[in-house]
Amino acid sequence: MADFLRHEMKNQSPEQRVKNFDEVALGFDKATAKAEAERCLNCKNAPCRKGCPVGVNIPAFISYVKNDDMDGAVASLNGDNSLPAVCGRVCPQERQCERFCVRREKAGGSVSIGALERYVADYALKKGKQQERKVKTTGKTAAVIGSGPASLTCAADLQSHGFDVTVFEAFHKAGGVLVYGIPEFRLPKDIVKKEIDNLSEMGVKFRFDTIIGKTFTLDELRKNFDAVFIGTGAGLPLFLKIKGENLPGVYSANEYLTRVNLMKAYDKNSITPVQRGKHVVVVGAGNVAMDAARTAVRMGADDVTLVYRRGREEMPARREEIIHAEEEGVKFELLTNPAEILGTDGKVSGIRCVRMELGEPDSSGRRSPHAIEGSEFDIICDQVIVALGTSPNPLLRDGATGLEITSKGTIVVNPETGETSLENVYAGGDAVTGAATVILAMGAGRLAAKSIIEKLGDK
Amino acid sequence: MNKILSRKKFSENVNEYVISAPDVARRADAGQFVILRVDEEGERIPFTICDFDREAGTVTILVQTVGYSTMKLATLKEGDCIADFAGPLGKATDLDEYENILLVGGGIGSAVIYPQIKKLFSKGKKADVVTGARNESLLIYRNEFKTYARNLYEMTDDGSAGEKGFVTDKIRNLLDGGERYDCIFAVGPLPMMKAVANLTRGYGIKTIVSMNTVMVDGTGMCGSCRLTVGNEIRYACVDGPEFDGHLVDFDEAIARNGFYRDEERSHVCRLTGGVR
Repeated sequence: MADFLRHEMKNQSPEQRVKNFDEVALGFDKATAKAEAERCLNCKNAPCRKGCPVGVNIPAFISYVKNDDMDGAVASLNGDNSLPAVCGRVCPQERQCERFCVRREKAGGSVSIGALERYVADYALKKGKQQERKVKTTGKTAAVIGSGPASLTCAADLQSHGFDVTVFEAFHKAGGVLVYGIPEFRLPKDIVKKEIDNLSEMGVKFRFDTIIGKTFTLDELRKNFDAVFIGTGAGLPLFLKIKGENLPGVYSANEYLTRVNLMKAYDKNSITPVQRGKHVVVVGAGNVAMDAARTAVRMGADDVTLVYRRGREEMPARREEIIHAEEEGVKFELLTNPAEILGTDGKVSGIRCVRMELGEPDSSGRRSPHAIEGSEFDIICDQVIVALGTSPNPLLRDGATGLEITSKGTIVVNPETGETSLENVYAGGDAVTGAATVILAMGAGRLAAKSIIEKLGDK
Repeated sequence: MNKILSRKKFSENVNEYVISAPDVARRADAGQFVILRVDEEGERIPFTICDFDREAGTVTILVQTVGYSTMKLATLKEGDCIADFAGPLGKATDLDEYENILLVGGGIGSAVIYPQIKKLFSKGKKADVVTGARNESLLIYRNEFKTYARNLYEMTDDGSAGEKGFVTDKIRNLLDGGERYDCIFAVGPLPMMKAVANLTRGYGIKTIVSMNTVMVDGTGMCGSCRLTVGNEIRYACVDGPEFDGHLVDFDEAIARNGFYRDEERSHVCRLTGGVR
């Protein structure tokens, strides 16, 4: 008889984890994984699958776990998802697969699909190289711009269908937001590295320190490759446009997280400078804001306050990240909007905020906040991290003749195929949607790869 | 990995490196920069492209030893490799629309005006050059400037070469003496560029400066290089590095650039055992 209630992963205790950058969630052990897998009812119509942007056959891989056939589970999952160890950790499952699970309301809670995915993926990474599938080459080449989740998915799918794929990355390391943005304690960099090593072993070539729009242009890539995929993401940080924002001590979340993660400032022996704020205010309430706040806790802050202009219901972060942040002592000032960053002796000394109330739903369907007159108050702080979101990086547009771009800077694509206004040039991920999630980007990378394979691959 | 093809000592703590970087050289232009990492654990640091040779596939940079990473770089020799060399980044400087140009270089900033004078010279345009440094040994590209400049004015704080005084003294002197420049391109330490901009504002002469800011990625991603220019946020890495000197908020830029100084000092101490 299967357990009725959903199993959750064990976590490092809040007291312990705020002192390290090790992963918070510890994953399932074998017995828990099996017990949780047995909770899956293997529904015929598999409602969970419609919540997955890459259409993972969830009941199938879970069935293998149930039957102790881990290699079968790996084969099944890897066939659907090229980055399962990443997705199992960073997908907002409660809004996707788990949201549609029939057990959600009345039968002890949704099956822990994310935790099971992670369990299977980690088993595969630990076991090492899978037997290689011989792939017949198509003789076609593809350039993939950027190496974040959209690009990696597209590259994997194309390479496994016989394309000769080259990934162009501006940084010195592959992974995009998976390595510069998402912190070690949420997504260990070893996991990302192993997933990327798998791609290299498949034959995907990586060219680092190569900025498309600068080192080479899209026009040049089009001449030299049969197909191009643009997965350049949304790298340009948005700021508040309030007084004091350029004071030393005000960071974009991108800068703060890049210094700490990619440039390893979390390691005291690293040479990367970063301010270790004592009283830190983070502005925003998405996953990036949670990452920044929780990083600041681990960097030794005495207190970290998260300021968000809407209410708890509207916070866009994953539920688990919000809970973890609170457990780690991050204080939430909700319905609160920054009005000015205060400085003393040329450095941040506080942030002036105003209380907000929610009005009618706006075009995004969220209730729009309004300032309450006379409600200004100050929070004392020495560091402010702005996590308001990002917009697409404009560098690519130099030498991208005829590439259609919206007024917001996002790339226009055919939603059915992912193709841009240029023939055989595809795009997906945050570069198309504006800042969104890893899994949506992966879905877009997969769609583009499918279109490219259908159009240019072997018939 | 990019190989150091040659390394030349310019002055006590300034070295010129010629780096093999065919992809960067191919599209490089005067005014642009590169981001390099000395080794796998290194920081990403920006350097102006001083010179490039597309056929040979080389890029020349000038490195002043000021901190941990530049000290590490100074330990590398000809034939050694650096881990990363990405570019060309930033916008190229285009002085085509101006006729009577004065280039001003302070200290290592002369490395930025050197490719400009070369470019202007190759287009048949004549320009005057003012260079300044603390003393004679810190003046760089002296012969090259002599070759390419219409008039070269050297200034040193101690009078060991050229005239004694600051570059602003010479600029004022030239303008008061009746020179009619339609553009001044000034590059050097922030306080020098600020002083030049403040001076030329009174004369109403278009003044372009090149902003050397703190950077991480150099591609518009981190925002650490942000400046206020004419009340708007601009990024030195993608919108610059050149800006209208009369619109730049220099005091803010100076405050931002000094932010990591203490931390940088402690790293240097670790490398040298406290000796600088």
